[in-house]
Amino acid sequence: MNGIIEGKTNAVKQHNNREEKMQILQAKAGRWERILVILRKSKARFIPEILVEKLLMLSAVVSIMALLLISVFIFSRGVPLIASVGLGDFLFSLEWKPIQGKFGIGAMFVGSLLLTSASLAWAVPLGLLTAIFMAEIAPPPVGRIMTRMVSLLAGIPSVVYGFFGLVIIVPLIRNYLGGTGMSVLAGAIILGIMILPTIINISRDAIQAVPLVYKESSLALGASHYQTIGRLILPAASSGIITAVVLAMGRAIGETMAVVMVTGNAPIIPDSLLAPLRTMTSNIVLEMGYAAGDHQAALFATGAILFIFILLLNLLLNFIRRAGKRYAGN
Amino acid sequence: MEKAIKMKSRELNLFYGNFQALYNINMDIEENRVTALIGPSGCGKSSFLRSLNRLNELIEGSRISGEVFLDDSAIYEKGINVVELRKKVGMVFQKPAVFPMSIYENVAYGPRIHGIKKRSELDEIVCRSLQSANLWDEVKDRLVAPANQMSGGQQQRLVIARVLAVQPEVILMDEPASALDPISTARLEELIAILKTRYTIVIVTHNMQQAARVSDYTGFFLHGCLLEFNRTEELFLNPRHNKTEDYITGRFG
Repeated sequence: MNGIIEGKTNAVKQHNNREEKMQILQAKAGRWERILVILRKSKARFIPEILVEKLLMLSAVVSIMALLLISVFIFSRGVPLIASVGLGDFLFSLEWKPIQGKFGIGAMFVGSLLLTSASLAWAVPLGLLTAIFMAEIAPPPVGRIMTRMVSLLAGIPSVVYGFFGLVIIVPLIRNYLGGTGMSVLAGAIILGIMILPTIINISRDAIQAVPLVYKESSLALGASHYQTIGRLILPAASSGIITAVVLAMGRAIGETMAVVMVTGNAPIIPDSLLAPLRTMTSNIVLEMGYAAGDHQAALFATGAILFIFILLLNLLLNFIRRAGKRYAGN
Repeated sequence: MEKAIKMKSRELNLFYGNFQALYNINMDIEENRVTALIGPSGCGKSSFLRSLNRLNELIEGSRISGEVFLDDSAIYEKGINVVELRKKVGMVFQKPAVFPMSIYENVAYGPRIHGIKKRSELDEIVCRSLQSANLWDEVKDRLVAPANQMSGGQQQRLVIARVLAVQPEVILMDEPASALDPISTARLEELIAILKTRYTIVIVTHNMQQAARVSDYTGFFLHGCLLEFNRTEELFLNPRHNKTEDYITGRFG
């Protein structure tokens, strides 16, 4: 007890000493020192901070302005055309004859949805199972190597995927399944590979974010590892897994280059997996070189529809995140 | 006074890779008694607890030598059913780990895993388990509410109800009160006193008063060794080892 009190009084003494010294120093200080003290107390020393703040704000404004400008431009060019054709006709009419002034993107609209669903149909189960393997079953070093390989997969430029598809997948389909090979199937295979990294990475993160104590509690209740994965870990990670699927969907709808190279691009609704199709993105990239007037406006309108699609997907994502928060987290 | 031995360890050594966490642990855990494990952080008491239901196996590179018995069967024997073992030896963790589902589903989780599908049967188990965990009256009107909306103390009792639902024989508790406020802790200790009439309980705790209040036997761990194991009054009033005395009087820890 005595020790503590002594320690305290010592501390108080030291503190008083320091104040006294400060007062003496200030009293002795010359003119320059007094100015320095005033500067230090004023806002002057915050000048660099103010600069940094402004710089950060400027950067943010530039980014937002870019988004706003692009949106305004797309919609101002596209919306009048949609208005004159009629939204229903524009979206669902199958007649795309720009020279005759018939602008119906029905086939492309269906084409985008079809190709996206076809690629999700195989890439989601494969990606999810891979993510479960990486997060739960593979020994950690193997998991780490796989993570790096998946990142590499994500980094390959889309034109390389397209080239691979054109040179390898398309001839395989032509020789073994028939048709020209330029088909829904070729597109779905290539696009599926391209969205795999998104699905794998995000669902793996979601699975790994499930607290270890959940898993231990479940095992301690006598559940097997696979029961624990199926009944506890996957449900607990479900909002993250759905997020992965929605992001992959966004990526698939927006992908252009690889799709143009392998799908044949005929503006018709395909009647089989081996038939060609054209997506909305392909439509823009194929005709933008020579389009003018209403034709060009129709391409902008196609872009506007894509834009709205992505916007809706983002809203859906927000909704999923909010729903996911209801149960998660203690 | 003497009861049957429910679990015992013989010359138990535990390694994590090259690190030895436990040295030659011999302990008898009596049936329908509360056995407390105390000792400073990193002394091996939690590792010992987790080796009683083979949960240590989840840690990469862990291995054991020696034996642990539940009743008369050696639980590390080849061919032993780990699922059956963990059904009999339930566990409550430090942080109340309620699953992200409703209160009802939390309790029904274990029985469902073990194949009970009939709603009426599940209803009965959930009701009985929540009653045994002193939680029924507080939650009976909101069984479908998300479990994480409960207070910390309620969550910890829910976790106990979830363990009771699979009808264990032994309940292991790893610092169950360390995240709880004093009132919730008191309620938990009351619950432990009631539960020991039907179950064998092993509890790891950092709180010496808690060990003294709830347990019949206490084991003091230091540097991976079981330094002293005795009836709780004996260990606290007449510690045989001076390290034990230093620890329980707060001179280190």
